[in-house]
Amino acid sequence: MRSMRSWLLIYVLLISVRPAANGFNGRQATNQDTTTFVSPFYGENERCFKCHGQSKYEYTNENLGRQVKALMFSERVIDRDKFYDSNHKSFSCTDCHSVDYVTFPHPGELRMEQQYNCLDCHGGDDKFAKFGFEAIEEDYQASVHFKLEEGGFSCWKCHNPHSYKISARNSNNLKETVLYDNNICLNCHANFSHFQLLTDRDEINILAKHDWLPNQSSHFKSVRCIECHSEVNNNVLVSHLIHPKEKAVKKCNECHSQNSLLMSSLYKFESKKQRKDGFFNGIILNESYVIGANRNEYLNIFSLAIFGVLIIIIGTHIFFRLIRKQNK
Amino acid sequence: MYLYPVWVRLWHFFNAVLILILIITGISMQYTGKDESTLIVGFARAVKWHNIAAGLLIFNYVFFVIGNIATANGKYYKIEKRNFFSDLMKQLRYYSWGMFKGEEHPFPVSLERKFNPLQRISYVLAMYVALPLVVISGLGLLFPETVINRFFGISGLIITDILHITMGFCLSIFLVVHIYTCTLGRKPFSLFRGIITGYHKSDED
Repeated sequence: MRSMRSWLLIYVLLISVRPAANGFNGRQATNQDTTTFVSPFYGENERCFKCHGQSKYEYTNENLGRQVKALMFSERVIDRDKFYDSNHKSFSCTDCHSVDYVTFPHPGELRMEQQYNCLDCHGGDDKFAKFGFEAIEEDYQASVHFKLEEGGFSCWKCHNPHSYKISARNSNNLKETVLYDNNICLNCHANFSHFQLLTDRDEINILAKHDWLPNQSSHFKSVRCIECHSEVNNNVLVSHLIHPKEKAVKKCNECHSQNSLLMSSLYKFESKKQRKDGFFNGIILNESYVIGANRNEYLNIFSLAIFGVLIIIIGTHIFFRLIRKQNK
Repeated sequence: MYLYPVWVRLWHFFNAVLILILIITGISMQYTGKDESTLIVGFARAVKWHNIAAGLLIFNYVFFVIGNIATANGKYYKIEKRNFFSDLMKQLRYYSWGMFKGEEHPFPVSLERKFNPLQRISYVLAMYVALPLVVISGLGLLFPETVINRFFGISGLIITDILHITMGFCLSIFLVVHIYTCTLGRKPFSLFRGIITGYHKSDED
């Protein structure tokens, strides 16, 4: 009887763990798009959210023998809605954090808990191969951000594990992707209270720094910061090799040309689709319009033909004028 | 014969210079490549000069329109409906046949008639149709937030740009034809001299 109970317990545990393990498979990806997602760990997670879900929490202080209200340190506040809308929404808190957190007060040594990084779960796994996490890691290690790692920088500074939602790959609205991705950068680069936690540099005025850029607001709405501030890597969808500012793209024609950089960065995922109306880099036209990159092949040929005919007519006219002059 | 007053010559000079800058910088933007050396003007410089020249062209255009309203110069741009097509054909026939046979010009230049029918219609189309359209569409491209997003399912910016480059192309064609026909005076440079000095020398002078 005791053995049967043990097997039953193992079976129940396996069922409850499966959804987390399958977090990125096709079935879950479909679920991610619905608004009716209910986490199998909702009740279990609520034990944590009860305190960490808002900026104030309440507990019974046995030493004082009464209820105590306290403020939650802002870094430890997790937005429930964002979490259950994020890529990690099907996880239990204790999938990543120690199960010892279920006790309160939390044991002091948990403060030293080693945090996972992306590759701990996503690395070396065929299921995630299409995301190119290893290539992303290589990019990251060559980027300016990696130099800040000793000071506390990590993947989580840009990709908050409690709220991050993959954007470029799933979104049907490129403008929303641009906004979402740019906000990741601006969260530090336009917010000095975050920025100064990782660097001794002076505050950056993003608008003033980009004064040279014509139609600044159109650019900011239509392209991501990384289009100019990172190096394209053909093995990953979104480049993570962020360059120092001196190496940022400043030549307009990198994007405003027939072989536009945008086709291998922002429009990389869509560039496989083609339009047949004669526009170069036509896929950009679904979202935007880029002078120099979106010429129309048919109009080019038509205009050259008209110009050619005009030159022939003028040439013939000159020829007959010269003949008449000779015959005078 | 004194045909071109100072204000017309000044307007014409600035118009010519600005249109040339706009064509060169416009082509540079359209046909830009990643290799800077293949460009006529680099993209950033082309954008800057295109915008500056366009702004000055608008002022110059307003000056032209006001000048034509305020002075007698405007009458030369009035299209006569009477014999419109037959007069056009007469002029075309002269350019393609009559001038080689030594025929008299069908519409000799006078103080009453500065332009022949072909000049008149092409100048009116260039100055009162193509130029306003190129200016309006250019302002739309300069301030893209003012352009409607979608027009019958097509991006408003694409329509604006196609209108801009089509009108720009028409004006470029006009420029080539205009320059060439200006060599058809008494001597190849006599008409050019006229717009500089103000005095027109006709075949009879």
